[in-house]
Amino acid sequence: MMDRMTSMDRTMAALSHEEADRVPLFLLFTMHGAKELGMSIKDYFSDAENVIQGQISLHKKYKGDCLNPFFYAASETEAWGGDVVYIEDGPPNAGAPIIRSVEDIDDIEPPDMDNPVLRKGIEAIEGLVDYAEGQVPVIGTALSPFSVPIMQMGFEGYLDLMYENEDAFWRLMRKNEEFCVKWGNEQAKAGVTALAYFDPMASATMTSPADYRRTGHKIAKRVISRLDAPTASHMASGRALPIIEDLVSTGSGAIGVSSMEDLAELKRACKGRISLIGNLNGVEMRRWTPAEAELKVKECIAKAASGGGFILSDNHGEIPYQVPDDVIHSIRRAVDEWGAYPLEWFDADEE
Amino acid sequence: MENSLLAVDKNRAFDIMAQFQGSSGADFVNDVLMPALESIGGRWERGEVSLSQVYMSGKISETMIDTLIGGATAAGSGRTVAVAVLEDHHNLGKKILSSVLRTGGFLVKDYGHALKAEQLADMVERDSVEYLMISTLMLPAALRIKDAVALIRERSPGTRIIVGGAPFLFDASLAEEVGADAFGRTATESLNIVKRMMQEAA
Repeated sequence: MMDRMTSMDRTMAALSHEEADRVPLFLLFTMHGAKELGMSIKDYFSDAENVIQGQISLHKKYKGDCLNPFFYAASETEAWGGDVVYIEDGPPNAGAPIIRSVEDIDDIEPPDMDNPVLRKGIEAIEGLVDYAEGQVPVIGTALSPFSVPIMQMGFEGYLDLMYENEDAFWRLMRKNEEFCVKWGNEQAKAGVTALAYFDPMASATMTSPADYRRTGHKIAKRVISRLDAPTASHMASGRALPIIEDLVSTGSGAIGVSSMEDLAELKRACKGRISLIGNLNGVEMRRWTPAEAELKVKECIAKAASGGGFILSDNHGEIPYQVPDDVIHSIRRAVDEWGAYPLEWFDADEE
Repeated sequence: MENSLLAVDKNRAFDIMAQFQGSSGADFVNDVLMPALESIGGRWERGEVSLSQVYMSGKISETMIDTLIGGATAAGSGRTVAVAVLEDHHNLGKKILSSVLRTGGFLVKDYGHALKAEQLADMVERDSVEYLMISTLMLPAALRIKDAVALIRERSPGTRIIVGGAPFLFDASLAEEVGADAFGRTATESLNIVKRMMQEAA
């Protein structure tokens, strides 16, 4: 099937809750670029030019509807002075926590925008913006101030802080908020089409809705209102349904949702108000057959694509390194086959 | 008790413990605390409560256990279970497991995190571990369990291996793929799996 619209127009139509020529497909690759260039993950992420070339190669190969200059989550804490632990077949992890005590919260200073790690990210964005020529969305990423302490402090240290030392928790949030706004706006200045506001801690999987409302929700509203690019809030596999109204009120235009939740139910809750991005199961995806991949795509489209407001993607915001090429090709073909608007096959099935 | 734990209300939880009329600390753990943790585990599995609440519930429970009996033999087993994380620093699941195991009456040998498969197999062999629980958050760490299982099977064939964590929740076939003996959806389910294995072995 020949696409009748550019990726940019297709995506904008979806986000405006309109049916484009077909359902947009966001293939959120990070590490696969290293495979494309035949290098290790560590070498790949050492240079922005690799990420630019890797993303371009993947875009030409699969013709997805976005470019993803994101390196890895731990790059933000790396910019704050933390270590990164590389592994051969997965995303680099944050090393030991950079905040080990409450005193560290007062001592730690957010990185400047000329920090080499952040500059590398900006360089990758600029290269991909040049390549895209306004035809393909370039998606930046800013980790939510509410979620980044998982890496700054470790999960346990952060939860202890949140529940046992509210004053220090808010002092850290103020520092993280200022950084997040600066970092997000630096990416906006470099030309990203939108920012993924990565906020797994907001999800009902991680934090109770009541606790989210007194913490992460207030933070998200403040931060998103100060960002110079539209945002999509990503739950990174966590559940969103119990906090849908809260997510709508943050001002984000879309939510990245989990395969743990029913897309049809999410669609009913969100229709016409906030778009959905998701929710192919990335963990299972590595062992799907091409036929299974097609079926999963078809199911997602049937549940959520009617009327627009839906971008097909994985459920975590990052396709695992282990997912083979034939599965991704199959996903791509299935979107052409089953995602073309109007969804006549689906309407016929309904009747 | 369950509501106090979920509300992260330590004072209320301790008030309930102080008012308990049973004959021993073990009664309190068996009749009040463990049923609350079991229920919280079930609600976590159904997506009704958050991981933060599960973690804080375990932490408060462990504090109560320390206050009550100063140790971990509530259920009377006194048996040791080893817990570990391979490859990375994601410790939260292991910490929750430890809290629940201790509350459930087990001694916990914590092998730490960021372990290589070889290191873990060495520790298991050295300590003649009967029951090993491996917690994971990231997919690569979950896949690496396969290497650890192969080494442990070779050197410590009697060791039973229970796995848990996000990748296993997202892919029901992964536990079998890595060769584990069992998969616990929650910490309390993992505890019950070990208890069942012990009964079967008795």
